[in-house]
Amino acid sequence: MLINFIEQLINGLRTGSIYALIAIGYTMVYGIAKMINFAHGDIIMVGAYALYFSISVLGLPVPVALVITVIVCAVLGVVIEKVAYKPLRSAPPLAVLITAIGMSFFLQSASLLIFGSTPIPFQSVIPNVNISVGPVVISSITVVTLIVTAIAMILLTLFVNKTKMGSAMRAVSEDKGAAELMGINVNSTISLTFAIGSALAAVAGVLYICQYQSMKPTLGALPGIKAFVAAVLGGIGSIPGAMLGGILLGLIESVSKAYISTELADAIVFGVLIVVLLFRPSGLLGKKKIVKV
Amino acid sequence: MKVNKKTIINIVIMLLAYALVFVLINSGVLSRQYKSLIVPICVNIMLAVSLNLVTGFLGELSLGHAGFMSIGAYSSALISIALSNTLPPALAFFIALLCGGILAAFFGFIIGVPVLRLRGDYLAIVTLAFGEIIKSIINYLKFTGGSKGLSKIPLYSDYRNFTVVFIITVITIVLISNLINSRDGRAIKSIRDNDIAAESIGINISKYKVSAFVIAAGFAGIAGALYAHNVGIIKPSIFDYNKSIEILVFVVLGGMGNIPGSIISAIILTLLPEFLRGADNLRMLLYAIVLIVMMIFNNSKFKSSLSLNKTFRKLGKEE
Amino acid sequence: MKKRVLLSALALTFGLALTACGNSGSNKAADTGSKSETEAAKVDGDVFTIGSTGPLTGAAASYGNSVKNGATVAIDEINAAGGVKVGDKTYKLALNFQDDEAKEDKAVNAYNKLMDSGINVYMGAVTSGSSLALTDLTAKDNILQLTPSGSAKDITKNPNAFRLCFTDPLQGKMIADFVLDQGYESVAVLYNNSDEYSTGVYEAFKDELNTKGQSALIVNEQSFTNDDVDFTTQLTQIKASGAKIIFVPAYYEAAAHIVQQAKQQGIDAAFVGSDGWDGILGQLTDKTQAEGAVFLSPFLASDPSAAKFTDAYKKAYNATPDQFAADGYDSVYVIKADMEKAGSIKSEDLIKAMTEIQVDGITGKVSFSADGEPNKEPKFVTITNGEYQLFDNN
Repeated sequence: MLINFIEQLINGLRTGSIYALIAIGYTMVYGIAKMINFAHGDIIMVGAYALYFSISVLGLPVPVALVITVIVCAVLGVVIEKVAYKPLRSAPPLAVLITAIGMSFFLQSASLLIFGSTPIPFQSVIPNVNISVGPVVISSITVVTLIVTAIAMILLTLFVNKTKMGSAMRAVSEDKGAAELMGINVNSTISLTFAIGSALAAVAGVLYICQYQSMKPTLGALPGIKAFVAAVLGGIGSIPGAMLGGILLGLIESVSKAYISTELADAIVFGVLIVVLLFRPSGLLGKKKIVKV
Repeated sequence: MKVNKKTIINIVIMLLAYALVFVLINSGVLSRQYKSLIVPICVNIMLAVSLNLVTGFLGELSLGHAGFMSIGAYSSALISIALSNTLPPALAFFIALLCGGILAAFFGFIIGVPVLRLRGDYLAIVTLAFGEIIKSIINYLKFTGGSKGLSKIPLYSDYRNFTVVFIITVITIVLISNLINSRDGRAIKSIRDNDIAAESIGINISKYKVSAFVIAAGFAGIAGALYAHNVGIIKPSIFDYNKSIEILVFVVLGGMGNIPGSIISAIILTLLPEFLRGADNLRMLLYAIVLIVMMIFNNSKFKSSLSLNKTFRKLGKEE
Repeated sequence: MKKRVLLSALALTFGLALTACGNSGSNKAADTGSKSETEAAKVDGDVFTIGSTGPLTGAAASYGNSVKNGATVAIDEINAAGGVKVGDKTYKLALNFQDDEAKEDKAVNAYNKLMDSGINVYMGAVTSGSSLALTDLTAKDNILQLTPSGSAKDITKNPNAFRLCFTDPLQGKMIADFVLDQGYESVAVLYNNSDEYSTGVYEAFKDELNTKGQSALIVNEQSFTNDDVDFTTQLTQIKASGAKIIFVPAYYEAAAHIVQQAKQQGIDAAFVGSDGWDGILGQLTDKTQAEGAVFLSPFLASDPSAAKFTDAYKKAYNATPDQFAADGYDSVYVIKADMEKAGSIKSEDLIKAMTEIQVDGITGKVSFSADGEPNKEPKFVTITNGEYQLFDNN
């Protein structure tokens, strides 16, 4: 029974670590650009296809393919921001949200046209071995995902808090107008944010298809929405919060599927989210903001 | 209400719109594809206008509108299936519609009371969460037919009963726009513009927030009931967050707090995917591009330079 | 002022939109004429149009695209061979396939669009829900409806509707009997509770075990939802239950994830699946992961009779055909046989002739009973050495 429970926790980590990695990208873009980038999940999908295309079609070696995947997604993120979000910077935030949804449709239908609707199987580029710890078995990909997520979280936190570019980002996040007056290039700071966020999505895409070994044009939609929930759970805008939220979400999902009901698991996950938000309206690690007149 | 020239003109316009559609349907000019779109257009108008009350006028982002729609759809469908053999259709449909709306409003109340404490994106995610919870539970329950859903729902509101659907749509629009122009409506708008100031002048924020939410939920429920009795089959998966997002797109594209805008964008965005059928594989791609371009155009300087045109100025005006 | 603007906007857009539609509608009416004239025009022309709807976009896109592609392969073959001889006329076939996103309301629009542009037979819908939403419409139009892959029972309730695939209840019953025949002592079930096909097969499976008094055989019951890719939690529970065989009524994408993750967890129970499993090998990076799994199928891609189709499909679409593609392909041949038998392309004649034909398709020899169901024997297929093989009972 105890072993079963530990196994279920590990299953939770397996999905949770992917959610966490996606949520970090989500929260990063939200924190700086103050917009919910609904197309974030679809950039994961683009990352998965880019890796597949570089390896299976172009026949590139794995390290080169990985670099290309990250670059493709980072450039795509910046281009999307310039084309679709920048013209709306002074518009109400909801207008940008709808454009992001349009962008998500666009990416999905474009990859449907290019790669077709049949799911494409893909051999993991990370050797998939089971690591045994006593009676409990954990997959190497889960371990790699967890390590990558932790490193990403630490590096990003340091970057945002300790570097000059990071301070610029925080300044833009606080007040775009004031940041501009202080000589910060707001446009390039936001571009950089999107580049980093999308590069993280690329990494998430790579780990996602190593884990699940199959891709289709809509693969990013569900993890995208789950990661959004994770980011809110952890406190949107908070990078450690996103990691915490992602892992918690995976664990709750797994435990409720295993011990309560598989059919109601989604309802339970969302229920927990609601309860947390009712008691901590800014999420677990979010900063509480008091709005003044 | 004063009976003046404006009111008369409104009624005339309404009757003309109705007569036009009526003639088009009955003269056989309208192709079947577009006949089958008339009711979905009305349903989408109702959804858009009711969501606009919450999102546009109250200023709270809700991503759970499809959840209320599903409650209206399911409860009304269950009622009219049960009553279809005992009561005359008109009465059965009326009861079903009423119950659908009331039940959805009731759910709007029990969800609205706790969550309206939250703000902005947190409220958005919680309403999304509630929508998904409603969907999961409907899927789990046995009397709702689980994933198979309900079928053989009597087709009380298909295009042949267009008159009924049209009247309900007009009632929805008139009630919501009257509400907005009333004293209560101004209170709701004041909460959106500055809740602290609104509270300081004695407006009961919680009361107005919850009532706007409940009214919107009720109309979404009625829209859901019309939807169910038009298609004849409903499944939980129809009412997922994508549906809520679709409704939100109508509202934002039409302009927040702009009811004619909501109506127009609901009509355009319902017709657009059907117009694009000729484009075959490119259909959804074109839809996405049109959506992005319309959003950017809607907020561009080019648009404001068109403000000489009276209609445009009215439509583009930020409330 | 505001209200007037509101109402005039309402009237204006309604008017504009509908006049626009009216125009396009009248153009179409001018093209094809009214319904009786349409029939006449069709008889004079030599193109027979098959209309179909299915998901071409969205999460279920692969099913619709497969049917569309399979049907296109069949139509190209038939047209290349000169077309279909009906009486003293020869018809070329054409396909008009509309996207319904696997949504009922869109299916109604798509079907009406097909009827506007004029179709001779309706070969759809691809998914059960859409087919159900259309059965009464096609009955009213009295057009022959042949669904390639809609498996819900009520689709064929009207006399004009037929189906090519197996119903959910038939599959569930056959698989339950299989599990009993093979003498498995315990079975675990993993089904998709947000999908009507999966739950339909599972419920029939449970009913059959109940009637046989063997309901205690089910030791564990797990479910998942659409678009799920991670099944480890459910599999861990199944593993703990010690079930000897795992029944997975699902489509091949989910099934591929499930066998993969089961292997990773070291589960050595056997697998049995429904006909949605067809195409699973194309989804696996390591084909041995599905070794020994058994599923129901009308179609064996490696079968010599299917080889011609498989080659043509691979050449055209660079993919291995799945069961949906085979269903689409065979449906077109059923329609061809029906036209030849009816000796006319009038809907009444086509519907009448359906029960009189027998087609030796790649999904097996099939004839149709008056209630719209196909008479064909499902085969159990097993995966041996990374290839589909007919399951040998001994």
